[in-house]
Amino acid sequence: MNLKKHIAHHVRDIPRSGIRDFFEIVQTMKDVISLGIGEPDFNTPWHIREAAIYSLEKGRTGYTSNLGLPRLRDAIATYVAEHFGIQYDGRTDVLVTVGVSEAIDLALRALVNPGDEVLFHEPCYVSYSPSITLAHGVPVAVPTFARDNFRLTAAELEKRITPASKVLMMNFPCNPTGATQTREELEKIAAVCVRHDLVVLTDEIYSELTYDGASHLSIASLPGMRERTIFMHGFSKAFAMTGFRIGYACAPAILTEAMMKIHQYGILCASITAQDAALEALEQGAPDVENMRREYELRRNYIVSSFNEMGLECFRPFGSFYVFPNISRTGLSSHEFSVQLLKQKSVAVVPGTAFGASGEGHVRACYATSLEQLKVAMARIGDFVRETKGARAA
Amino acid sequence: MDPLLTLLKRDAHTAPEDLARELNLSAPEINARIARYEEEGVILGYQAILNTDKTGDDLVTAVIEVKITPERGGGFDRLAARISQFDEVTNCYLMSGGYDLLVIAEGRTLQAIASFIAEKLSTIQGVISTATHFRLKVYKENGVLLQREKGEARLAVAP
Repeated sequence: MNLKKHIAHHVRDIPRSGIRDFFEIVQTMKDVISLGIGEPDFNTPWHIREAAIYSLEKGRTGYTSNLGLPRLRDAIATYVAEHFGIQYDGRTDVLVTVGVSEAIDLALRALVNPGDEVLFHEPCYVSYSPSITLAHGVPVAVPTFARDNFRLTAAELEKRITPASKVLMMNFPCNPTGATQTREELEKIAAVCVRHDLVVLTDEIYSELTYDGASHLSIASLPGMRERTIFMHGFSKAFAMTGFRIGYACAPAILTEAMMKIHQYGILCASITAQDAALEALEQGAPDVENMRREYELRRNYIVSSFNEMGLECFRPFGSFYVFPNISRTGLSSHEFSVQLLKQKSVAVVPGTAFGASGEGHVRACYATSLEQLKVAMARIGDFVRETKGARAA
Repeated sequence: MDPLLTLLKRDAHTAPEDLARELNLSAPEINARIARYEEEGVILGYQAILNTDKTGDDLVTAVIEVKITPERGGGFDRLAARISQFDEVTNCYLMSGGYDLLVIAEGRTLQAIASFIAEKLSTIQGVISTATHFRLKVYKENGVLLQREKGEARLAVAP
């Protein structure tokens, strides 16, 4: 029996994840220092874990409302108002989801008709393009460039608008590049969105992790944007709660209602334990976020200096916990560099191409790892670069 | 507190070049700052934090609650300074609560510490009483856990 032909075409046609392939090579090796882990190395702050434990002790194990616990939704609305300056009604505008990943999937499925074009900036998180395809949309990648520090520009965006353009997906601070947006550019992008009546999905997951005093600005807070934006955020990075699988979407009530329709049948509700933990995080977690953010800043300084010192051009990003150095000086492709570095020096970085064709010539290094590990890894990468250049010269 | 001090507190061994990278300063600036802190007595010293279970020395540590009579014109300071002079005393603090000074003392044996307390500490004019507790096990020393969890719990590669 040929099972393959039973797989839905749009699923079958999604290419294998570049990260997964790389992961499989890493698995075969011992003692690899991985700079390829896109999650915090910190444990979830104890008081948040304790809140989850207490929740279970109290026997809170039933379903919650589809939209999520009312208290949590209110706390989310308060948090977003305080930190982003956008007002949402906790009762009608907020949907608690299983991570931002689910929010993205819901948003796309709620908005996209077959053939609708969804624009996104590249290099970007690995799930965007496949999620668009799974929602029967047409992914349209807008390249970003090192010369702009990988900011999405309104000019490049506008070039790719067609009558079929429906949605723009944005993620700043950006995984994998660490790019952040300026107010100026966001205003221009907002103007493009208004002009062409696009709905914007903004993935804000790294927004607490900003450095050098840079303050984060969400496109949803700009004039004319709240009514056409789905604001998505979560707890995985700022509060180190990746495994809790908890996030949220805030949007005008009509859009939230549409997403909720899908969520209620597909998921019913996010885990109540995770929701209780998330509430604790919002109410008491601010000092922990600041401590972690400060740590990341030190490591960022270290890793950026190290890359530049060894001759690999690396801009100092203002957000996220990734750097995206240019490795083309070694004469190797992103994939070659990553595989050879891994095999020769047991250090894992992720090839830039795993995040889109615009990533060629770069690798993503994550600094959500201890300074001790970082130092060893950077020393080994330095050796690798020197040896490779030496080989080139010879 | 200056982030430099936080980093040195965590690991005083860190090379100035690394400190420079982490703090976006130059190595000479780092060295100059450290020299100044040492001069001003902000940095009192550098010590390796040892796991005495593994050093093979078998020292005994006691935590002693000392009640003293404060003096006119000196309060507790003079007595505390005098007690602190003893080599056996590794830490000495003035505390609020049911006693005055918390003294941590080290000796080769239980008897050695007992002798120290009986013959040298309690006999000081102004010391009213002592209550001695012997330390049995160390779980955390100067911010360092003795039992560290091993290994990386995260997936090796994640988007």
